[in-house]
Amino acid sequence: MQFSPEVLIVLGPLFAAAFAGLLQRYIGDKVAMGVTTASIGLSLILSWPIFIGFVWGDEQARVIELFRFIDVAGFTSIWSVRIDTMSAIMLVVVNTVSFLVHVYSIGYMAEDPHRARFFSYLSFFTFSMLALVTANDFLQLFFGWEGVGVASYLLIGFWFQKRSANDAAIKAFVTNRVGDFGFALGIMAAFFCYGSIQFDEVFHAAAANPELMLGVGEVQFRAVEVIAFLLFIGAMGKSAQFFLHVWLPDAMEGPTPVSALIHAATMVTAGVFMVCRAGELYHLAPLASGFVTIIGAVTALFAATVGLAQNDIKRVIAYSTCSQLGYMFFAAGVGAYNAAMFHLFTHAFFKALLFLGAGSVIHGMHHEQDMRYMGGVRKPMPITWAMMTIGTVALIGLGIPGIGGFAGFYSKDAIIEAAYASDGIGAQFAFWCGVTAALLTSFYSWRLAFMTFEGKFRPNPHAHHDEHAHDEHHHVAPTDGSAPAHESPWIMLAPLIVLAIGAIFAGMVFYPYFMGEHAAGFWDHVIPFHEGHHDFPTWVLWAPLIVTLTGFLFAVIFYLWKPAAPKAMAKGPVWAFLYNKWYFDELYDFVFVKGARAIGDLFWKVGDKKIIDGLGPDGVAATSRFVSRNVRKAQTGFVYHYSFIMLIAAVAFGAYAIFVGIGGGR
Amino acid sequence: MNEMFAGWPLLSIVTFMPTAGALLILLARMSQRGDNAGYDNGVKLLALIVTIATFFMSLFAFAAFQWDAPGFQLQEDIPWAFGASYAMGVDQLAMSLLLLTTFLTPLCILASWSIEKQVSSYMVLFLLLETLMIGVFCAQDIVLFYLFFEGGLIPMFILIGVWGGERRVYAAFKFFLYTLLGSLLMLVAIVAMIVMARAAGIENPSNIQGLTEFAAQGGFSPDIQIWLWLAFFASFAVKMPMWPVHTWLPDAHVEAPTAASVVLAAILLKMGGYGFLRFSLPMFPDASHFFTPLVFVLSVIAIVYASLVAFRQLDMKKLIAYSSVAHMGFVTMGIFAGNEQGIQGAIFQMLSHGIISGALFLCVGVVYDRMHTREIAFYGGLVHRMPVYAAIFLLFTMGNVGLPGTSGFPGEILTMVGAFQVNAWVAAGAALGVIFSAAYALTLYRKVAFGVIENPKLDGIADLDAREWITFIPLIIATLVMGLAPSYVLDFTSISAEAIANAYAGAAP
Repeated sequence: MQFSPEVLIVLGPLFAAAFAGLLQRYIGDKVAMGVTTASIGLSLILSWPIFIGFVWGDEQARVIELFRFIDVAGFTSIWSVRIDTMSAIMLVVVNTVSFLVHVYSIGYMAEDPHRARFFSYLSFFTFSMLALVTANDFLQLFFGWEGVGVASYLLIGFWFQKRSANDAAIKAFVTNRVGDFGFALGIMAAFFCYGSIQFDEVFHAAAANPELMLGVGEVQFRAVEVIAFLLFIGAMGKSAQFFLHVWLPDAMEGPTPVSALIHAATMVTAGVFMVCRAGELYHLAPLASGFVTIIGAVTALFAATVGLAQNDIKRVIAYSTCSQLGYMFFAAGVGAYNAAMFHLFTHAFFKALLFLGAGSVIHGMHHEQDMRYMGGVRKPMPITWAMMTIGTVALIGLGIPGIGGFAGFYSKDAIIEAAYASDGIGAQFAFWCGVTAALLTSFYSWRLAFMTFEGKFRPNPHAHHDEHAHDEHHHVAPTDGSAPAHESPWIMLAPLIVLAIGAIFAGMVFYPYFMGEHAAGFWDHVIPFHEGHHDFPTWVLWAPLIVTLTGFLFAVIFYLWKPAAPKAMAKGPVWAFLYNKWYFDELYDFVFVKGARAIGDLFWKVGDKKIIDGLGPDGVAATSRFVSRNVRKAQTGFVYHYSFIMLIAAVAFGAYAIFVGIGGGR
Repeated sequence: MNEMFAGWPLLSIVTFMPTAGALLILLARMSQRGDNAGYDNGVKLLALIVTIATFFMSLFAFAAFQWDAPGFQLQEDIPWAFGASYAMGVDQLAMSLLLLTTFLTPLCILASWSIEKQVSSYMVLFLLLETLMIGVFCAQDIVLFYLFFEGGLIPMFILIGVWGGERRVYAAFKFFLYTLLGSLLMLVAIVAMIVMARAAGIENPSNIQGLTEFAAQGGFSPDIQIWLWLAFFASFAVKMPMWPVHTWLPDAHVEAPTAASVVLAAILLKMGGYGFLRFSLPMFPDASHFFTPLVFVLSVIAIVYASLVAFRQLDMKKLIAYSSVAHMGFVTMGIFAGNEQGIQGAIFQMLSHGIISGALFLCVGVVYDRMHTREIAFYGGLVHRMPVYAAIFLLFTMGNVGLPGTSGFPGEILTMVGAFQVNAWVAAGAALGVIFSAAYALTLYRKVAFGVIENPKLDGIADLDAREWITFIPLIIATLVMGLAPSYVLDFTSISAEAIANAYAGAAP
């Protein structure tokens, strides 16, 4: 095992997590927080030079092998730290957001008695995510994949006394496992077809023999299509895509910094990362890529519609995340892997910013999350307001074609244009979904901003909770209509400001490398990359800006000028359909949860008890009673009674052996 | 190390050391007048020392063993009755299971500290049980194997029947009936094999090595193989247990005292897998090929069916018992995949399940000792009173779920990789179990550990004491080491697995 800074980037957080987790009783909260935050800080300091080296320097792709994890007759996984453009991007995304979230949590979790455990989990998550992005084969990727899954489970259920948090944690884990079912089969199929699970070997083998067929029963499929499809099932789970998206909104039960780190900036993008990492496979698989495109496009639109009707501030952002991940996927589906990664990169900044901003609001509003009971928060929390506004503008992708704009402008427009230019399956559908979703994104984002910060404060009529707990800072609503809130401490605001800088400049600065003139050198054959063409019709270039402004306008009308209008709409069936998330939870609960229970009961009470035991041991009831009576007689306690049974068997054997033995010997 | 023990009958020493301990306890009891607590503690301590010494002895055997040499080693051979001989010998497969047995037994003794009823009889039986279990893996003679294999039934039967719960008689009877039925068929098959081998002029017809070579030369015709395979299958399938002969296991577990449950799940179940690998695949390759679809179907049914049933259980031990059935489905699937990944995965899964299921039963035992109930609904919110216990229980729950980083993962993925190469649908069916295991295991954990304490009886429940800590630490280390660096174990067992897989592939029809 050779030691190098890259290894420290990955393993440092693991040691910090173990240290803080195992010794939390002895070292105290301060040390636990300090050690974990410092270790992520170190990873951060070590990873930026690598990324900058890939952008402006001459950093070379390389693989550092640590030790053999599993190695059975060609099924080989070597624990590695793979450094190339892809992992360098992810290293800075993960470490930057993780470090800021660690810092922010020092303030946000200040009153929690289990802070040491919280920080230990956060660092463990960071380690798993880093192991995922630096993997050099599918099995290590899967290792990190499951590691972030369990970290997510632990952090969603961090407040384990809450039933809803526990249920959300289990839902997240099990839904992800449905995805992992496909992912694991994808790994097996790749090994079966190409004899390896190491990335480059798989990609080379696939490229060398792209028409290799895989028989599933009588039917033959192109192997690369099957593998790409199965792997994408895993990505659908991890990145909360349509059908497997149901866990993400519930995951908001976790503390808000967790939502920012795991359920916005990093873990949920692992699916996008995986698809781009395996771009060489998807590149060869037009059908699977078409499926990726369509699922991504549907998710982008679907989640945006649901986002329109949510009242919980975190849930709106969660659906927004879901929708933005859809953008990334359909970018990957149409072959614009660089655009997908670019949006992943910029999205990490402004979405983490929005979540941490929402956390600041929740913190300032004494744990109120329902936007219906907010309003007038701008005045008491001006910095949070300013940062959230930057995040909103970055999310909706405000910018003027040819001139420039916020981070989201560069990456989202790149995706929409890529879809327009592609002739892949579903690409035109994705283009229209993307444009429509941009309209909705703008609307729900401003809706969130206006409901929270503008207007007059609307107190919660059911304000039942923690009258006692918050006695000391229980405010009377100010008379000017602003909310009884307080601005968050600087330790929480500072991360917001850093992220806001990213939300403004990340697109502008890095566009030439991810997308523009330096892109071929930057990507350096790590993903399939084609020079995009630049002769789009004017309306395609301007469409995103126009729909974005339209969305803004509608939000202004509904939530600033005529706030009675949305209340009236809220009584309609369309709104109910959206508010209830298209009734996915109800459907899944009925089919899968109740179904599993019913089948489980059937197998247990009918299968095991009635049929198997009925025909088997209990069947001959009389015999059974007879024998059990004798057994009862026999089990009076003397060991040799029982030995007798064995003796009989031995004698029977002996007799038979002699008898047959003589016969056989003849 | 090799020289130090040259010429010692190491395997016999390991095997009969616990018996010697049992004799000591019996002798002590004869000289003992009246019962008192001090005496009982002395017996427990003696049993603990003996089992620890046995573990160290097995480590010496491990050291004297050539890790990378194929075939049986540390052989002993003394002629015995009816052409059978007292032949001992182990390969990497047997050695790894032998170490699992000697590693777990001292922990079982520690977990039996709360036994108060007839302590010396209990310990005598437990030590005899250890001898018989070790013997199964050390025996290189098929008759000797049979005696150990069946002999193990008796102490277990008594442990359940005397120290068990309320329905112990029913459970013990069911356990006995199922196992005996399978065993009798296997006995007939063993005799038939010896007779045939002897008739063919094989020098030592009951030696496993001799029989394997005889089989490799086509000694058993494909027609005869079918019958012999079925007879062995009857016995091993019950032991595994495979669906649909699994219903004895939940009952036996529920009624068994904690330590007996641990041994049952961790070691006795492995004898079936060991038997498949030692006899069915090498000796009846044609029949094994012929029956592979049957085994695959039964394995996938076991995984899906038992997982769904586990999801609905109200009793902690029953839930874990059904999860064992599901996990053993991966083992049978891997074995009959017949390739190196499948067999390696099966062996690894057996070792890992031994540790994780053993630990889970110990976890149940901890709260059972305090509250005397295993009903899931009784508990809830334990994390508030027993944070250390909750953390340990979570680790093993994750192991049960097959999380990478715990020992539960490599076995599952390797058996599926192995099966995929034979039939992708089988692997896909087994992979469903990966989803279900998360559902039932995490739900159990939520109900027991998370939430708030609603049952006032739990208010004063105490966290782990020193003895329980010591019991868990080796298991925690084993789970993590095998999960993070599985290649140490896999490299070791690969010698046996490769031999079995190559011979099996060579015999393909």
